Amino acid sequence: MSAPLTRPRRKNPVLATRMPTLPPGGRSRAALGLTAAAAEGRFALQTCAECGTVQYPPREACHRCLSVRLPWRTQDGAGQLLAHTQLHHSNDLFFRERLPWRLGMVRLDAGATVVAHLHGDVPGAPARVRVGAMLDRAGQAVLVAMPDKETPNMSDDRQLREMTCDPRFRKALVTDGKTALGQAVARALVQAGADIVWVGQAEPWKKLPGFDELLALPQVTAVALDVTDSRSVTELAGEIGGKVDIVVNTAEYHRATGIGARVGVETARSEMDVNYFGLLRLAQAFGPALRARAADGQSSACAWVNLLSIFALANFPAHGTFSASKAAALSLSQCLRAEMRPQGVRVVNVFPGPIDDEWNQLLPPPKLAPATLAGAVVKALRDGVEDVYPGDVAQEWLERWRDNPKALEREIAG
Amino acid sequence: MTRRRLGYDDVVVAAPVTVPYVRYSIRAAHWFVARALAGLLQRAGLPKEAVDGVCVSSFTLAPDSAIGLMQHLGLSPRWLDWLPVGGASGVLALRRAARAVQCGDADVVACIAADTNHVDSFRLTLSNFSMFARDAVYPYGAGGPNASFAFLTDHYMRTYGATRADFGKLCVAQRDSALRNPVALFRKPLTLDEYLDARPIADPLHLFDCVMPCAGADAFLVLHRDRAEALGLPHARLLGTIERHNAFADDPIQVRGGWVADRDDLYAQAGVGPADVDLMQAYDDYPVITLMQIEDLGFCAKGDGPAFVRGHRFTTDGDFPLNTSGGQLSVGQAGCAGGYLGVVETIRQLTDDAGARQVPHARVGLVSGFGMINFDRGLATGAALLGRAA
Repeated sequence: MSAPLTRPRRKNPVLATRMPTLPPGGRSRAALGLTAAAAEGRFALQTCAECGTVQYPPREACHRCLSVRLPWRTQDGAGQLLAHTQLHHSNDLFFRERLPWRLGMVRLDAGATVVAHLHGDVPGAPARVRVGAMLDRAGQAVLVAMPDKETPNMSDDRQLREMTCDPRFRKALVTDGKTALGQAVARALVQAGADIVWVGQAEPWKKLPGFDELLALPQVTAVALDVTDSRSVTELAGEIGGKVDIVVNTAEYHRATGIGARVGVETARSEMDVNYFGLLRLAQAFGPALRARAADGQSSACAWVNLLSIFALANFPAHGTFSASKAAALSLSQCLRAEMRPQGVRVVNVFPGPIDDEWNQLLPPPKLAPATLAGAVVKALRDGVEDVYPGDVAQEWLERWRDNPKALEREIAG
Repeated sequence: MTRRRLGYDDVVVAAPVTVPYVRYSIRAAHWFVARALAGLLQRAGLPKEAVDGVCVSSFTLAPDSAIGLMQHLGLSPRWLDWLPVGGASGVLALRRAARAVQCGDADVVACIAADTNHVDSFRLTLSNFSMFARDAVYPYGAGGPNASFAFLTDHYMRTYGATRADFGKLCVAQRDSALRNPVALFRKPLTLDEYLDARPIADPLHLFDCVMPCAGADAFLVLHRDRAEALGLPHARLLGTIERHNAFADDPIQVRGGWVADRDDLYAQAGVGPADVDLMQAYDDYPVITLMQIEDLGFCAKGDGPAFVRGHRFTTDGDFPLNTSGGQLSVGQAGCAGGYLGVVETIRQLTDDAGARQVPHARVGLVSGFGMINFDRGLATGAALLGRAA
């Protein structure tokens, strides 16, 4: 079993904060197929469309039949550990700071040999293992050989934690903690073992059900935060920016309207102000401190979560301006991801289908319960993924969008 | 049915040259190539213009390749080859140059392997070694070949019962030879206890299992026997050679190399058998590979390597002289020159040019090459049998 994680000691303010380093991030374009699947938490390998050979490392052609039709197929990862080693020396700074480091060579039952990071609970070779693909701190997919069966405190493995963003013993900011979703996310973070959860509220005078009960939790503290107000954002960042390990941006403005149903741009402007400019303000104020603390010990700064919408992929005309603001936020989030990656801070984009709240009242079920969505956020942090499509509606839209984005555009328009 | 291969007739190898190894150098690889070429010319008493064939191996010549070197060094050969294939460089160069000379495409071929080593070159070479290495090995701890050979060693030990002491016996014997090699970088005696007590690098590999990257060059000439005799050059005959790439790709992990596929061909072409071999130069970046070569080139059955080690002595006065220069483990690994070390040592031994480490009465020498850990295993294997000139 892995040694259970313990609460880190208070940081000694005299010591220098360790600068973030990254594992080697160079990859060929072929190998980025592995990253694309790992970003959603899947382990996929090239599987030849003509002869069925499963191959690794990724190639430009099938090594058996030379076909260049090599779709990526999800693997179960079952395999046999053939050999293992523990590195006591590395040529790379990131690993040098984290030695010793366990590695294994695994023969997948699907028929390829892989080199993988080796979980501490896997005994020496020979052993059965399950190989998965995860994003490392460089944001690139790596393979991890895990124990065949669940072991106690499995997620506390020292090497595994270098790839995940587990909220346990970390401090999180939920940018709007007052909505049903914001409250659910704050509760889920507390349940996941977060030390402190700051919940933002833009309008302290507004009473919303459940909020007082949330604030009664010892880990939860309300803070003033209006993401449409640059000064409010900057002031909060000055106060707690250097302590926040995880930002979950739940602030959202949502009205059900297209173009013709409403005169003027005020609603659309408000949506943009919260959904797009709000993210920009937060990223500018909180981003630098997060990046600086990305290697700050066991509870380093590690993740930024954006609540987007599946409508960011293709416009849903009934909620047309909202969709547009989420598309803008998605684009900005890709920029944020690129800027956070050099320090290894993960940007997680969540693309839910309609949430079961007042603004989606007229949409038919299935709708996503706030608690379900909050659970998906915590799971994404624990699994270290960066793109999440929670719920049946999101999954179906994603499938349709991947299959044929033009067809989806027509289908949504009704 | 495979056609019978032609022999190498009167092709000979001569003029072994080593540009002394250094741990680090501020020079470019070109400097080492130039020193090696000058050494060849001086040794043979030939003007530069007489070299009409050139074969170069290097990992650190970038952005140049062999062709750029021709202008750099003022050469105008009518035959040129570029073989940056690491540990297989020596045998592959030998094979190609021999056919060029035999067929008259070149008269005097200078085969040169040279690499420099700046303080950070090894890391840079590793991180860009190959597409598979960059995608599927280097991001995993960046241990370089240490990690790859740790897997092979771990698996070999468990499968065939080899112990650290078996590997240690080889390393200690090679160090004994290195003490009598003036260009070896390791000049301190090594005991088995020191070997066993060394610090771990990548379990089960410890310090003395790992080659030390360095800068240096090795070179030799391939030419017709008549030419060598006219120049008064001591030389060795080329009896037989093989090479093989990406052999046994379906083996889940490497326990054998391509030698197994081709060794019968090697001995048949040379007209000798394993029992006729007086000394062996195996590729020894890590001792597990030496055991694999002893097995795969027919000195014992697969898996009997540990017993073979326990039953033989590998020093120059032993019953199985092995890596008599000290091998890479005690001389150093100067990049691609590591693949030449065995060739120049074999020529020296067969021309009584090995000084204090001379193996008496050596008539047949076997040199083996192994190179390019592209992903999980070495891809290139080769071997050559050389004979004392009649």
